[in-house]
Amino acid sequence: MAIVRVQAEPFDLPAEMAMLGVAGGAAIGGIGCFMGVVRGDPGADGRVLQALTLEHYPGMTERAIGAIAAEAERRFRLLGCIVLHRVGRLAVGDGIVLVLAAAPHRGDALDATAFLIDWLKTKAPFWKRQDYADGSSDWVEARTADDAAADRWR
Amino acid sequence: MIEILYFAWLRDRLGRSTERAELPPGICTVRALMAWLQEREPAFAAIAGEGRVVRVAVNQEFAGPDDPVAPGDEVAFFPPVTGG
Repeated sequence: MAIVRVQAEPFDLPAEMAMLGVAGGAAIGGIGCFMGVVRGDPGADGRVLQALTLEHYPGMTERAIGAIAAEAERRFRLLGCIVLHRVGRLAVGDGIVLVLAAAPHRGDALDATAFLIDWLKTKAPFWKRQDYADGSSDWVEARTADDAAADRWR
Repeated sequence: MIEILYFAWLRDRLGRSTERAELPPGICTVRALMAWLQEREPAFAAIAGEGRVVRVAVNQEFAGPDDPVAPGDEVAFFPPVTGG
């Protein structure tokens, strides 16, 4: 039931929404939506972020997200969910991850959306490299705050 | 033979994304494999010596030090994930 995709292309939100509507039909009462966006964080030393380069582990990444989506469907009453993640070079302001969760009521839709993004951030193999305007780059370190966010769903 | 994959800064540091290796006799856990890789390659030993967290997957599932490794497996080394 879940749709999982790793793609280079930008998200087509209306098309994805329509796909959920088709899957869930008249029973859908709400769709939770989270889109992560590339934030233009300045580097610690004043460097200007130009882009993020996203890398994944083809095969394992799709499997891991599929398992997370299956867990969401087990925990919440969902009528469908879509988890899309972009890879490659993304500019500041670009969408990077899109989570949609359709449910009969808002509680399940919103909770499932938060659950999906929290678990994805700590359990799906993606890595971000920050590419700066001066040509330098570095790999983003994992954040303990993300682990804490994932842990609250234990 | 096993297939070994490296991602993100591990790949940058080691200068390759994938390799095939013949498992020496007696190497049958993730822990033993990592010890052997450190012995084999100074760059791998240097990474291990830095104490940074390195995650492991065997056949595309997260694995711990005591999990088994056998010929035909796909083993991946990568930093903690930072997607989303």
